[in-house]
Amino acid sequence: MTMTNPIGLYLHIPFCKGKCPYCDFYSIYPKEETVDAYASALIRNIDREDRIYDTVYFGGGTPSLLGAERIAKIMSHIRRTDNCEVTLECNPSDTGSVNSDFDFYKVAESGINRISMGLQSAVDFERKALGRRAGCEDVERAIERIFKSGISNISLDLMLGIPFQTSESLRKSIDFCVSSGAKHISTYILKIEEGTSFYKKRNELILPDEDETCELYLQTVSSLASNGFKQYEISNFAKNGFESRHNLKYWRCEEYLGIGAAAHSFVDGRRFFYGRSAEDFINDVPPTDDGAGGDEEEFVMLALRLSEGLNEKKFSDKYGKSLPEAFGKKAEFLIEKGFLKYSYGAYSLTENGFLLSNSVICELIECL
Amino acid sequence: MLFKKEKTKVAVSKENIRNFCIIAHIDHGKSTLADRLLEKTKSVALRDMTAQLLDKMDLERERGITIKAHAVKLNYLAEDGQEYVLNLIDTPGHVDFNYEVSRSLAACEGAVLIVDASQGVEAQTLANTYLALDHDLELVPVINKIDLPSADPDRVAAEVEDVIGLDCSEAPRVSAKTGVNIEQVLEHIVKDIPAPQADDNKPLRALIFDSVYDSYKGVIVYVRIKEGRIKPGDTMRMMATGAEFTVVETGYMRAQEPEPCAELTAGEVGYITASIKTVSDARVGDTVTTVENPAAEPLPGYRKVNPMVYCGVYPADGADYENLRDALEKLQLNDAALTYEPETSGALGFGFRCGFLGLLHLEIIQERLEREYDLDLVTTIPSVVYKINLTDGSMIEIDNPTHYPDPANIASCEEPFTNAHIYAPADYVGTIMDLCQDRRGVFKNMDYITPDRVDIHYELPLNEIIYDFFDSLKSRTRGYASFDYEISDYRKSNLVKLDVLLNGDIIDALSFIIHSEKAYSKARKIAERLKDNIPRQMFEIPIQIGIGGKIIARETIKAMRKDVLAKCYGGDITRKKKLLEKQKEGKKRMRHFGTVEVPQEAFMAVLKLDDND
Repeated sequence: MTMTNPIGLYLHIPFCKGKCPYCDFYSIYPKEETVDAYASALIRNIDREDRIYDTVYFGGGTPSLLGAERIAKIMSHIRRTDNCEVTLECNPSDTGSVNSDFDFYKVAESGINRISMGLQSAVDFERKALGRRAGCEDVERAIERIFKSGISNISLDLMLGIPFQTSESLRKSIDFCVSSGAKHISTYILKIEEGTSFYKKRNELILPDEDETCELYLQTVSSLASNGFKQYEISNFAKNGFESRHNLKYWRCEEYLGIGAAAHSFVDGRRFFYGRSAEDFINDVPPTDDGAGGDEEEFVMLALRLSEGLNEKKFSDKYGKSLPEAFGKKAEFLIEKGFLKYSYGAYSLTENGFLLSNSVICELIECL
Repeated sequence: MLFKKEKTKVAVSKENIRNFCIIAHIDHGKSTLADRLLEKTKSVALRDMTAQLLDKMDLERERGITIKAHAVKLNYLAEDGQEYVLNLIDTPGHVDFNYEVSRSLAACEGAVLIVDASQGVEAQTLANTYLALDHDLELVPVINKIDLPSADPDRVAAEVEDVIGLDCSEAPRVSAKTGVNIEQVLEHIVKDIPAPQADDNKPLRALIFDSVYDSYKGVIVYVRIKEGRIKPGDTMRMMATGAEFTVVETGYMRAQEPEPCAELTAGEVGYITASIKTVSDARVGDTVTTVENPAAEPLPGYRKVNPMVYCGVYPADGADYENLRDALEKLQLNDAALTYEPETSGALGFGFRCGFLGLLHLEIIQERLEREYDLDLVTTIPSVVYKINLTDGSMIEIDNPTHYPDPANIASCEEPFTNAHIYAPADYVGTIMDLCQDRRGVFKNMDYITPDRVDIHYELPLNEIIYDFFDSLKSRTRGYASFDYEISDYRKSNLVKLDVLLNGDIIDALSFIIHSEKAYSKARKIAERLKDNIPRQMFEIPIQIGIGGKIIARETIKAMRKDVLAKCYGGDITRKKKLLEKQKEGKKRMRHFGTVEVPQEAFMAVLKLDDND
């Protein structure tokens, strides 16, 4: 039996009890027999792979809908390194409501050591506008239960540019995060995606405008920083040492295996993904190849999302050549304009650069 | 003795030849009447009949206009029992092609003047009538469209008598659409139009009234033989250009197939082929003679037509440059009035500076390039030819704003003026005069053609009418006004060049020359239009409109602040990559000026600025 270097494992759990109006991701209602069949299919696929993992991520959808029982069972099939980071995304209404019987102890016992939860906003009417079923007190209760179970690494998701949000209301949400004891915060700027119910009523939504949204982002960056959360990626902030190792794999162009409907993989230099169908996945329909991954363009695109940025030496070590001259010239121009900075051999985006990351990255990639 | 029928000289004496054209205001039924004449003389089998048979271009049929002159020989058995040869020369019906029209008229002895029974006399009715009278043509008035409910032939007949002074008591009242009374037109042609004065024995003088390029035969030269004769084997000489060719074929134009003949003699209308490579060797208006027996003097009236309107024509996709060159080359084979030369624009890349007779000509060429050659084009603002007197006493002519000299070196500028006549119902006099004043017109006089129709005479600068004048006129008069103009002279004028600057750089393709009075309002509109059409970018972009170094209008496109992909669902890198790819594709479709990217639409929006903006 050959054993390769440890990689990341992503398990996609496409079940949701309701559809959030901003979400365009694939999800289905969790019928008991479907969830069972799906969990079995996950295990079949895990067993088929002869690998060891140093990060595991249960993403969704709503992975907590699997229930502690199934999670533990799946975990028992995953071969992990000793210090493996294992994240479970949890929905506060399933795990934090008064009569929820979600068993965090069992979950912790199975090896889960990190919980990520969608707070989105700590202001209840903003949460309502986002279609979140749980209230703030449910989130608080869930966090309490998580800590009690022995899991101390909690991440909260926060959304920016959502209906009704103001600088003042955002401050409340950030205060909530800071005082919750979370070690990691992800912030996402709301994007109205086609095919969502927000898209249908996009003209009626009362949203902060572009400038206000930018201010909200900058406010988030600075107030999280002053509370000890270091920005390590466009949307991610963490206390020292609590950066998500799994997500870092994506940005550092490292390999990961994705199992489940709509899960994406980057393994042995190839990218491939499963279709957006739980049924297909249950029926062992194989994933679709998406070509070679990890080329220069991808590397640069992903690296620039990180605060550590694009390291010149890492680039030349990986591709056997240095960044082209045109790249340096363009970078110089972008530095002058305040979108980019250069230090210790690496190019990285400034705060304003993060806000314009698509344009800035696009400019730079053109020079490769 | 065996007769080869097509080689036999038709047994019709010169006495029985009638050479005529049809003149009319646009839409009064010229091409439809031509169709009926072809039918009545059985020149076309009914099953082969299509509407506007002589208008061979799709564009002509679609727009209901005649762009190229056409000629056709008809045989007609008249009521007097004799057989006649009727040579019908169909002329273009637009002011842009006035010179071509005048050459077609010069090839005839008479003209059928069609007047619409409900619309009455219009601008081009008169313009064409005067042109015909200049050539001493016998006019046969015809009142057309009597089938329309609004037709009032009595009133229109009276109008023609009043305005033109033409006896209409016997004028045929016809419907070219339904075919009513078409025989009367044919009989009047035979009776009223004189036979050609023609002497076969003089040296050859043949008037070229059109030419078309045929890929097998080379240029087919359409001629009216005024004097002398020509046959295959003769060496023909173009008296203006001096080009000489050996005649390969002579013949008559028939409705469908040309009919070769042994020779063409005085009084006849026909064609000559001689392996001529380009139509510029057989220019409209030139006189053909033979080297063997040359004429002393050419026929009067030839002039080389010069383009009046110029604009830059660029491929939307730079890769199409060679295709555009090929297409222009091919079009020029058939259109000696079209000129082009390569030019380069910082904004638009490689393209051509093209010269046109007028705006319709420009539109037609542009449309043919896009349609027949499948090209996507960007055209710059049309410009007329300005004369610039420099302080050193010299004078330069410019048709491209890019060549406008430093204002410090300019003593004075001159621009072309036109004599323009607008015919319209009297109700619209006010709005028409507003328009003309706004276009810097100089009012000359106004005549009442009838109690409720006027002829308004203005002197208008050509640069005010080349762009959208006719469209504005039509919309202000609900289509009831007609318009005709001729170039009169150059006049001193207070002109300035407007430059558009994006982020401090001049965008050459958007520069244009304008009267100083109009500069400010135009500058403001352009700045606004650009602001609305250029998407926000990473940096703030100042838009400035300047004259020389002086900025007279200014707008700012605020910098874009947010353009970020947030969440990465489950390692879906592909989705991010695709979004970036899309963004890169979008960038490619932009025109780049330094760091500013301008979408094609922004150019079009500025180029299409008109009165209503």
